[in-house]
Amino acid sequence: MESWRRNPLFFWIVGLPPTLWLVLFFLVPLGLIWLFSFSDKRGIIDIELTWTLANYARSLEWLYLEIFLKSFWMAGATTVIALLVGFPIAFAISFAPPKAKPWLLLLIILPFWTNLLIRTYALIAVLRSRGFVNFGLEWLWDQGNWVLSLAGLGGYQLLGERFEPLELLYNNFAVVFGLVYVFLPFMVLPLYAALDRLDRSYIEASLDLGAGQLRSFFSVVVPMAKAGVVSGVIITFIPALGSFLQSDLLGGPDSQIIANVIERQFKSANDWPYGAALSFILMYLTFFALALRAVLSRGNRDAEGL
Amino acid sequence: MAFFRPRVPIGALEYSRRWSLRLIFLVTLVFLYAPIVTLIAFSFNDSRRNIVWKGFTLKYYERALQNDELLLAFANSLTIAFFSTLISVILGAMVALLLWRFRFPLKAPLEGAMALPIVIPEICMGVAMLAFFARVGWPAGLPWPLNLSSITIAHISFSFPFVAMIVRARLVSFNRELEEAAKDLGASEWEALRDVIIPHMRPGLIAGALLAFTLSLDDFVITFFTSGPETVTFPIKVYSMVRFSVTPEVNAASTVLIVITVCLTALAMWYQNRLAAKEKGTGK
Repeated sequence: MESWRRNPLFFWIVGLPPTLWLVLFFLVPLGLIWLFSFSDKRGIIDIELTWTLANYARSLEWLYLEIFLKSFWMAGATTVIALLVGFPIAFAISFAPPKAKPWLLLLIILPFWTNLLIRTYALIAVLRSRGFVNFGLEWLWDQGNWVLSLAGLGGYQLLGERFEPLELLYNNFAVVFGLVYVFLPFMVLPLYAALDRLDRSYIEASLDLGAGQLRSFFSVVVPMAKAGVVSGVIITFIPALGSFLQSDLLGGPDSQIIANVIERQFKSANDWPYGAALSFILMYLTFFALALRAVLSRGNRDAEGL
Repeated sequence: MAFFRPRVPIGALEYSRRWSLRLIFLVTLVFLYAPIVTLIAFSFNDSRRNIVWKGFTLKYYERALQNDELLLAFANSLTIAFFSTLISVILGAMVALLLWRFRFPLKAPLEGAMALPIVIPEICMGVAMLAFFARVGWPAGLPWPLNLSSITIAHISFSFPFVAMIVRARLVSFNRELEEAAKDLGASEWEALRDVIIPHMRPGLIAGALLAFTLSLDDFVITFFTSGPETVTFPIKVYSMVRFSVTPEVNAASTVLIVITVCLTALAMWYQNRLAAKEKGTGK
């Protein structure tokens, strides 16, 4: 690495275009939204900068606070489910034979390469009332009836008169299901990275000293994988909190989360200042989560004496 | 149940051979793949309502091929992805060179700002672009392909930091003595860049280009906010078809997009792996 003064011409030629691009086509738009968030709406397209805090204050109204809470709740549920599913997956991959590891990892990441919209759309055919989950359940129902009739209980209709399909689509369940489906790789990758370099002699020591598999898992493996858990939780939670498509396509009327409200403010409701304030609240939350991750991972490194 | 009994007893740490973990893994794979496989299978299903299998057909691909709006959207997507990739690679390579080579004041803030497009929620970037293009009065209704410029600009803004990240990682392995040797032998700054540094960067540039292309082709959220009624991209068109009704044509169109992106990403990974293997082989 050398000082820029040693070769100023090269420095400017290489540095200026991308920096200008970033400022002009990224930071200026963000700055504009930031200014909008302190502005008043004066007409259909008139927006006047008044440094008002009314837009932020409006988010504290119960109607919107409820949407924030629901967004947190859904993103939180998604993160917890992804962690519960992702941990055994990452654990299994990290203990697989070395040759199989990249392939198993690829199997988990491959769906991630397909378009987000298409993956979300694909869930509709699975979850709808004439979808595959319900077909599977109906088949089980038929089999159950058949077994009952063999047992001589056929006439009592113990499983109900006829099969009632579950309403799996267009509700909050479908949204969380979709979010887990889409963001699971985000959880598995950092967990795998942490579990793969874990020193296995600790687990052996724990087992040798008489702890069972479960106890070793919870008091040795989980604490050692803490850094991966923190990373995984944060990089799953952030996009889940700002997600838009899953609640839009799979959710019902009461599944609106922050991103849907932002979209409405910018499109149909046409209240840009309020939408801008909501976007910035989402940004602040993101920064807070990233800072939290930095602090936690630093704490971890200190503890390991690195 | 002799079938399930392993020939060699499972060791304490051989977790991957435990049936409980295998079962969880298998169920997760079904969870991940069943929807996509169903979607692809049903693009060949000879049934409008697409609930049960009625027989193999290619007619929905034919119908998708005759759908002019869909084809235009596809052409738009490819055009945007092409220009976005071209500029993203150039800008990304510049950022990588800058951050790899120089110490300068405000370097840390610049690095932070370059990471921003990667970390902020997509919807925030989408609305920022919408507001920006509306406020500066970006000309609308230009002839094709100039009407795609605002979407292309937005795509470049979120793609080039990714390219920069990949190329910079590649530059770490560059031996600066090679550059010094070239200069000692009489090469100018630019000749050294062209003949020594850029050839070393090439794999990073290619991987970055493939990533930028895929990101652009796949993007929905940011495009959703920057596109107008005249400038519909492939994902946007699919979205409006999905909202309208769930038809096998959507499945056919989606299958085409899945095949393209999976092939491109596989190509990028294969290329990187082959290169890594080659360098190991020559002991570089």
